[in-house]
Amino acid sequence: MNVTSQMLVFLIAIPLFSAALLLLGGRALDKVGHIIGTLASTAAFAVGVIEFLAMLGRAPENRAVTQPLFTWIEVGNFNVGATLLLDQLSVCFVLLITGVGTLIHIYSIAYMSHDKDRRRFFAYLNFFIAAMLLLVLGDSYLSLYVGWEGVGLASYLLIGFWNQKPTYATAAKKAFIANRVGDVGLSLAVMIAFVQFGSVSFSGVAEGIEAGQTSSLALNTLGLALLLAAVGKSAQFPLQAWLGDAMAGPTPVSALIHAATMVTAGVYLISRSHFVFDAASVAQLCVVIVGAITLLFGAIIGMAKDDIKKALAASTMSQIGYMILATGLGPVGYAFAMMHLLTHGFFKAGMFLGAGSVMHGMNDEVDMRKYGGLRKYMPITFATFGLGYLAIIGVPPFAGFYSKDKIIEIALDAGGAKGIILGSITLLGAAITAFYMSRVMLMTFFGAKRWEAGAHPHESPALMTIPMIVLAIGSVSAGFFFNMGDRFINFLSPIFHSGESGHGEKEHLLPPIVVSALALTAVAIGVSIAIAKYGRGKAIPAVAPSDVSLWTKVARRDLLQDEFNETLFMRPGQELTKALAVIDEKVIDGAVRGVGSITLDVASGLRKTQTGFVRSYALWITVGAVGILAAIAVMSL
Amino acid sequence: MNWLTILGLLPLIGSAAVFLLPREKEVLAKQLALGISSLVAVAGLAMATSFDRGVSGFQFVEKYSWIPAFGINYGLGVDGMALLLILLALILTPVVILACWNEAEGGRWSVKTFFALLLILETMMIGVFAATDIFLFYLFFEAMLIPVYFLIGGYGSGERAAAAVKFLLYSLFGGLLMLASIIGLYVVSGDQLGAATFDVSELQKLSLNNQTELLLFLGFFIAFAIKAPLWPFHTWLPDAAKAATPGTSVLLLGVLDKVGTYGMIRFCLSLFPDASKQLGPTIIVLSLISIFYGAFLAIWQSNGDIKRLISYTSISHFGFITLGIFAFTAQGQSGSILYMVNHGFSTAALFLIAGWMIARRNSSKVADFGGLQRVTPLLAWTFFIAGLSSLALPGLSSFVSEFLVLVGTFVRYPVAAVIGTLGIILAALYILIPVQRALHGPVLPGNENLKDLNLREKIAIAPVIALIIAFGFFPQVLLNVINPGAQASVAALNIEGDK
Repeated sequence: MNVTSQMLVFLIAIPLFSAALLLLGGRALDKVGHIIGTLASTAAFAVGVIEFLAMLGRAPENRAVTQPLFTWIEVGNFNVGATLLLDQLSVCFVLLITGVGTLIHIYSIAYMSHDKDRRRFFAYLNFFIAAMLLLVLGDSYLSLYVGWEGVGLASYLLIGFWNQKPTYATAAKKAFIANRVGDVGLSLAVMIAFVQFGSVSFSGVAEGIEAGQTSSLALNTLGLALLLAAVGKSAQFPLQAWLGDAMAGPTPVSALIHAATMVTAGVYLISRSHFVFDAASVAQLCVVIVGAITLLFGAIIGMAKDDIKKALAASTMSQIGYMILATGLGPVGYAFAMMHLLTHGFFKAGMFLGAGSVMHGMNDEVDMRKYGGLRKYMPITFATFGLGYLAIIGVPPFAGFYSKDKIIEIALDAGGAKGIILGSITLLGAAITAFYMSRVMLMTFFGAKRWEAGAHPHESPALMTIPMIVLAIGSVSAGFFFNMGDRFINFLSPIFHSGESGHGEKEHLLPPIVVSALALTAVAIGVSIAIAKYGRGKAIPAVAPSDVSLWTKVARRDLLQDEFNETLFMRPGQELTKALAVIDEKVIDGAVRGVGSITLDVASGLRKTQTGFVRSYALWITVGAVGILAAIAVMSL
Repeated sequence: MNWLTILGLLPLIGSAAVFLLPREKEVLAKQLALGISSLVAVAGLAMATSFDRGVSGFQFVEKYSWIPAFGINYGLGVDGMALLLILLALILTPVVILACWNEAEGGRWSVKTFFALLLILETMMIGVFAATDIFLFYLFFEAMLIPVYFLIGGYGSGERAAAAVKFLLYSLFGGLLMLASIIGLYVVSGDQLGAATFDVSELQKLSLNNQTELLLFLGFFIAFAIKAPLWPFHTWLPDAAKAATPGTSVLLLGVLDKVGTYGMIRFCLSLFPDASKQLGPTIIVLSLISIFYGAFLAIWQSNGDIKRLISYTSISHFGFITLGIFAFTAQGQSGSILYMVNHGFSTAALFLIAGWMIARRNSSKVADFGGLQRVTPLLAWTFFIAGLSSLALPGLSSFVSEFLVLVGTFVRYPVAAVIGTLGIILAALYILIPVQRALHGPVLPGNENLKDLNLREKIAIAPVIALIIAFGFFPQVLLNVINPGAQASVAALNIEGDK
């Protein structure tokens, strides 16, 4: 049962060592940095494949392997080991992270070749790979936390890679802060787990829940804390505002971190904590609600964006909404969420790389209004992007058809009004996805040339196109492959117990074939509207028209997410800060000085004790003291 | 072997040697000070290797009758907490000397005096953490003020004289309250134990009535709360840290202020368990206020003065330390002690690097920097890592201590822990805003030709950064030393309902 492996640590150690080497090596390694970085990522991928093959060679119940490293923190009964765990769930991530990661390393060799800081870029990429692997390999919530913040740091560094530009530096900071809000949830989750179960490891918490050690209130609180963490990392409503700005990072980063891997960590966290959510119905419902809102939220923003990367980012938000929604639907949902996560990893990373390829050929232009007719000039980019497009909108037999269709299916099967509402939302989302993705395709690759003067679009070099081709193959075939004989579901079944719930024999609200027909109809409607608006012969103004509906205006401004945060948090926070600064100087320090001067005054005949100054300090101090006493009373309860 | 006495005497002798050098031999004075403090550090680490991690009591104990008429002993000894704080002081002193090689030049007195004062201060730091006789502790507690007063007032910048006086008055006020309590204890011990004493382990046997205990507790607590500093006793710190040289600030915030939190555990909890428990919730609230108040003012300073900024972040961090202490759980207690050590290193790094930035740019305003990452990459990186440690990034040392404090608090005061956890969002703001302003963005005029770290600076900062990273992954090295004493201290409180 308890299989161990001595190799897991190398998954993390190799890219981490490479990152340190590239950073400490300085300019001396400028010429070889990208090669070292790519080799490190490839080596990690190789280790991942070896472990995966070894895993397939064992019986399903013996597939998880662990590697205990050392005691990390031990105080009293709080005991956390640095232990790695590779099971069916984490191996999916390991292969995705290192596989897609290596492709993106290769792509970046060419994409970043003109940047004098390319070595630093590869160091950050390697660091990201190491941190993300730690995130999925840690066997406890606290070790996951280290990877969780590690990828956050990598994301911060990479969004701000060109931070000499102030807006980029601000975007990096914004992402970090939003993630910190989520981290509060993760911190609380660890604390709750410790107090409730005396353990912060996944297995300890799972056993504790199974043994019925806790109340449903505690479980729901734990679930909601985990959901908060997931919402921050995966850019879900209401902590979604950072993802669009994160597109400030170089495009390979957007592909790897902000599409294929890091932003899906929230889905991982919820799936990993399936034992919590399966026992916490309120938290589970909240997961579904968050996913449903975000999938529409992102899709609506996606319709209004002219920046190709921001359109894709909105789409990422929306697609992760689908995954989160699925994780809220119980055992079979986790597996389908994972399936969509993997297929999305292929097609979205592929499309981002395609967008990067277009930018590469168009002087880093991102405004799709200045593209047009590029298919003849960039045939490989067009073909690979097009396959990704067919996959994301869900045309059979491309990958997204299988994975998204399943989510729509289980959403409809959620039962009663819930099923009908969720089913409708997922179908509506599918239609909108088809619309905005068709819009991207049409504005970029079809229609008239609307290029800026000096644009000479050309196909990208092989180092860039080969990764795109590989990902396109995945976009075409992954769904079919995973779905064949339910092999993916069966592979994950020992983790989620999805087999036991009897998927397949269950009563469906609608027969699967009808669901597929509905989904394809939705897609057809979305595509048709896009063609009607942006298709052949339609003029696309070089500047976004301003005489549009209020709805469009609001969508262009990301449904006012920034205005919302500014009004609710930033400005009140700034006012509070200002007020406290005044209080510190005038009241607290003033009171001290006041006491000093009173003493002097008493000595010189009680002359000035009646001044308004001293009285106002006294007033403030009294007000403050009353507040504090109230707080103490609450604490003592 | 009287290890602790020897350890304490070495810097004092060194200080005399430095002081006796001719005034113009400045470099020699620096080299001598560096040599001696490094030697002391090595000696201290050597001593630590024979520390028994399995037991909770004092080790390396020395006890001699000093003033028999008053029952005053020369008593020294360390438990895990004291040992680590002494080691912190011993490591930071040579780091500070090397890092601040040229910061005494603008002083009122000679360069050699600055370094002699640093060495005297080192002796005091060893003494105050090693004293097991409460009178001896008080002596070091007050005597410590003298070198700091001269270091701030004589070598600082800006309104250094005013800041030094403010620091001194605050500390003396607290010291007087503590003295009153010490005398009170002495008198009571005469009544109850037959012979009046200042020995801490003897004094623990007293049984005080509630009124007396509360009063005596407050005398100690306020003195320590000023030193720590806890809100609302903090206003001396930003002024002192702004006026002091960076090296002085490192020792002030990194080590001396820890005497406050150290004293709370050593004296408040062990001598006045009932009063501690009674006033615990109050102190929890003050700690939470400190966490947020310090954080908000640090955010306010993120567009202001970089030294004031760092000192406000410390007020927030000290809030976490007192929170953990008064949560009365094993995790909270160990976490707080670990926090004291980790905060010493991360604040040291922040102050030293800030000092280098200020010296290069001749300004301490955050707004005057900008784009340093492109001009002085190494300087920028070290500042960034120190900042990440200050915001308690998992993987760095402060995360472990902050998390232990929070989880330890959660066990007893879930609401307080939840509120405290929200502080981590503010920490990200008060670090990342100045990081963005000073390190990112376009290179501002006046910064184009700043020089990156030189070899001396690299050598000074490397061990600090290395420890910040190493203790993030291997905190158990320290926790093994801390745990026995911390658990004994919580167990001695006899809290109902605890196993």
